Amino acid sequence: MTFASVLEWLIKGLVWVLVLLGGFAYLTYYERRALARIQVRIGPNRAGPFGLLQPIADAIKLIFKEEFMPARADKLLFTLAPIITLTPALVITAVVPFGPEAANFPLFGRTITWYIADLNVGVLYIMSVASIAVYGIVLAGWSSNNKYAMLGGLRSTAQMLSYELALGLSFIAVILLANSTRLIDIVEAQTGMWFAVLQPVGMIIFLIATLAEVNRAPFDMPDAEQELTAGYHSEYGGMKFALLFMAEYDKMIAICIIAASLFFGGYREPWFLQGTLLSVDQTPLLGPVYLFLKVFILLFGMIWVRATLPRIRYDRLMAFGWKILLPLSLALVFLTAGGILLEETVNPWFRWGIPVVSLAAGWVAILGMYQTLRRKEHARA
Amino acid sequence: MDFTLILFFILAATAVATALGLLISRNAVYAALFLVLNLTCVAIFYLLLGAPFIAMAQVTVYAGAIMVLFLFVIMLLGAEKLPKGEVLPFQRPLAIGAAVILLAESGYLLFQRFRSAALLQNPGTVENSMDSLREMASLLFTDYLLPFEVTSVLLLVAMIGAIVLTKREKGEPA
Repeated sequence: MTFASVLEWLIKGLVWVLVLLGGFAYLTYYERRALARIQVRIGPNRAGPFGLLQPIADAIKLIFKEEFMPARADKLLFTLAPIITLTPALVITAVVPFGPEAANFPLFGRTITWYIADLNVGVLYIMSVASIAVYGIVLAGWSSNNKYAMLGGLRSTAQMLSYELALGLSFIAVILLANSTRLIDIVEAQTGMWFAVLQPVGMIIFLIATLAEVNRAPFDMPDAEQELTAGYHSEYGGMKFALLFMAEYDKMIAICIIAASLFFGGYREPWFLQGTLLSVDQTPLLGPVYLFLKVFILLFGMIWVRATLPRIRYDRLMAFGWKILLPLSLALVFLTAGGILLEETVNPWFRWGIPVVSLAAGWVAILGMYQTLRRKEHARA
Repeated sequence: MDFTLILFFILAATAVATALGLLISRNAVYAALFLVLNLTCVAIFYLLLGAPFIAMAQVTVYAGAIMVLFLFVIMLLGAEKLPKGEVLPFQRPLAIGAAVILLAESGYLLFQRFRSAALLQNPGTVENSMDSLREMASLLFTDYLLPFEVTSVLLLVAMIGAIVLTKREKGEPA
């Protein structure tokens, strides 16, 4: 461990934080424009061409707003909570490779790689940072000395703990398929065949669970405006609010990057471009471009979901997490492991049994959901 | 001085400070947060010792899941402020006695090691690779299968117990 390598990490980390800062600003713009289009409006279009300067105007407004501290709030934690919320969102993508090894470039006599850290337990690192992420929100809710904020914080704790289990189990299916916990190996294992094809139900569980983890609609219970005013961030204003807001959007970006790497081939080209000039093997620098495009499309999916689905009720959210998602993801781990075992011992074609059987399991889960969670007509408990 | 050694001393100081903070703090939320920091310090110790899987499991399970539940319960019950005086009067002398015994034991072990040639030697570091994880898993399912299964049954029993305790009987008012 030399001084130069520490310096390299620092600079890379700083660049990545700045990228996430810009990504946050323009993700809000992207979301507002896309939501507006879906709702047949125009969206922000006054500041600059196509409203492109809107995020900067928002930032200036938030910087100059008054910092407000509620009476009898816990001052230390009230100040720390936005920082604790933001930090996991910034560090969680440290293990994700943004480009192939072939795209490494020399700079000042060092080989600069397209990842910040190459961790052998990369997936577990993502899992542990995700499990830390709940603290910021629950502390923000508690330290505000406000009942609504507190309720929002408690809701988010229960929700994130419940969906973390399904999330972790959907990771296991990917680890089994790639036979590694290292993100680079996982991405390289998807050359030509995305894990989204081999494990479609796992992909859907991952996306649902991450939506719940980052408290996005339709799982935005912690900041349900109608019930809890604004939940855990009701008492926040100015830059502290901006930090909480940035944490939410950076988490969206981070999980889209992770989803792209785990299920959609990361920086690898789509299968139909394999072997052509546009493949990552022949033009390595296209890797980050592919990853960016995948993240862009996945982010649109999240915005689309927000525009389409109403918020689900809290008891149903819990029932869905524990009674449907958890057993289904446990079954998927079992099915994937069984499929790989049969593939290795009996016939390679059993690999295709994995998606077929898991889709069947998903169908059973949907039937179960219909039986247990549907709205019973005129039902009174 | 080695970089890892500096890191170790900073971490050790943090671990001791957070442990003391946990004991002294009269606010249950702060005490829980000190414990989270302490557990994270221990996780980084595992990393320094070349056991990344254990470190990540430590963070995920203890700092991430168990302590969040602790905080949840503390906040839900509104039990932040701990009472001033002693709750269990016999606790303090008992704790002091146990602490003295522990200190004496660790002091004895330290002196033993100081006398021997292997003075605070680097422990045999495990290869930091995917293979170490694979090796650990295969050990867990071969040599240590019985303890592993017993632990899982124990956890299952605890889980069923929790469900039984909270389950409402039919006809019982909410």
